[in-house]
Amino acid sequence: MKLDSMYQEVILDHYKNPHGRGLREGDAEVHHVNPTCGDEITLRVRYEGHTVADVSYEGQGCSISQASASVLNELLVGKPLERAEQIQGTFLELMQSRGQLEPDDAMEDVLEDAVAFAGVSKYPARVKCALLSWMAWKDATAQALGEGAAKEKTG
Amino acid sequence: MTSARRAPAGQLDAEAIRKDFPILDRTIHDDTRLVYLDNAATSQKPRQVLDALSGYYERSNANVHRGVHVLAEEATALYEGARDKVAEFVNAPSRDEVVFTKNASESLNLVANMLGWAEEPYRVERDSEIVITEMEHHSNIVPWQLLAERTGAKLKWFGLTDDGRLDLSRIDEIITEKTKVVSFVQVSNILGTANPVEPIVRRAQDVGALVVVDASQAAPHMPLDVQALQADFVAFTGHKMCGPTGIGVLWGRKGLLDDLPPFLGGGEMIETVSMHSSTYAPAPHKFEAGTPPIAQAVGLGAAVDYLSAIGMDAIAAHEHAITEYAVRRLAEVPDLRIIGPTTAEERGATISFTLGDIHPHDVGQVLDEQGIAVRVGHHCARPVCLRYGIPATTRASFYLYSSMADVDALVDGLEHVRNFFG
Repeated sequence: MKLDSMYQEVILDHYKNPHGRGLREGDAEVHHVNPTCGDEITLRVRYEGHTVADVSYEGQGCSISQASASVLNELLVGKPLERAEQIQGTFLELMQSRGQLEPDDAMEDVLEDAVAFAGVSKYPARVKCALLSWMAWKDATAQALGEGAAKEKTG
Repeated sequence: MTSARRAPAGQLDAEAIRKDFPILDRTIHDDTRLVYLDNAATSQKPRQVLDALSGYYERSNANVHRGVHVLAEEATALYEGARDKVAEFVNAPSRDEVVFTKNASESLNLVANMLGWAEEPYRVERDSEIVITEMEHHSNIVPWQLLAERTGAKLKWFGLTDDGRLDLSRIDEIITEKTKVVSFVQVSNILGTANPVEPIVRRAQDVGALVVVDASQAAPHMPLDVQALQADFVAFTGHKMCGPTGIGVLWGRKGLLDDLPPFLGGGEMIETVSMHSSTYAPAPHKFEAGTPPIAQAVGLGAAVDYLSAIGMDAIAAHEHAITEYAVRRLAEVPDLRIIGPTTAEERGATISFTLGDIHPHDVGQVLDEQGIAVRVGHHCARPVCLRYGIPATTRASFYLYSSMADVDALVDGLEHVRNFFG
């Protein structure tokens, strides 16, 4: 059945047993919504130097948006910022591929579980669901490191 | 009127009607029958409307009201003929009370802007009050919010009861001597609720307020009589009633349309123009600046003919029967909660629901795989979702070509959804 290409077992697992869900202390918090469908996420990032120390989140939405946030947490926490940005960029590229991109080994190495979202990129209406938390993370990171830099200056 | 499509005893023959709609024959996802249950978003179009559109472009296309050649005269006659048909369809006292717009949103924005620029006694200003309801489509909320922001007027609204009805218990406190306009939906696009028009109109008339009715979800599904409604303005759109997109209607009382100022300026809406000032054409042309949606009006005229031949009473009865069956069958689905009235009384054939913790997006996706088209989300009525503490709903909406088999397909489909995410 074609649906299985979207609802991969990995995605359903993350949806049913999300990683790192719940809001914890952070350096910055953002709230992003998907206005066409009402998916919402509140996401906080905490940095130790330039390492992603934590990504915590709370939200409501479909299985794709919720599983995507869980995968994000699993992939990015503990990574240096540069590596996290590379993963985010690769995920963005995959999701914007309209199903045309067949992930190769190099991409699978970068994306790990997130490669399961390849099938979602065939469904234009659902791409925004998959990207919601990743765009929120990017926004929160910009805010957190912007403020951090300001602190360093005043300190 | 008689029609082959009207079965005995006022019942309509949905199977015969389906044959008029070419799109209902198509299959999706490798030979799956299309079950189209997104009629509250837009209806499908019968062959008769498609033929009117292509026939207009193939034989009579020209701009209206400005040429002396044959095509211009034919196009004008067809465009104005559509106005006659719509006027008759809503029982308007005069054809000049029918203003063509782009859609219901534009109709409602037009009224809000007329009242913002009007002279006394209609002018909405700082100490005025505007009344709407919590179950409005965004198109009947945002234009009034804009008007309130720009004039300093106060926006008030009727809340909702737990069973999806308007709470009119405080009607005398909500509609007051300060109220200039009351604008409300006749049938909700998310809850399906059919609202009681009469007590609201009576109270509004007592305080001298104008009444605007958003009939977008009523005009396609039941007889619409603007004289019986006793409203001052009635807005609806063509594409939800078998017509094309790009054509909407604002019906308004003639005296009001004569008194109120135009909103958009341009060609078509003027009498004379100099570099210093202009005078305006009489209604309805005063409110139709620029080249109008001509083919779309012609298509709406054909849609109105099509619906009238079948009979709006018969369509309403058919949809009522489907609704009775649908609420009964949906009640059998475990964890399903209808958002809105749970019986078929005083409601339209639009049914919103939640299914346990499964997000509507996921419900809609798995239904789509089975050929069933529903709408998911907040349906441009986000305050309703907030009121009932839910992020979104799945909405199934039926029309004249819907059948009991469509309801069965939906119920079976939902069972599949539950198994998939269970």
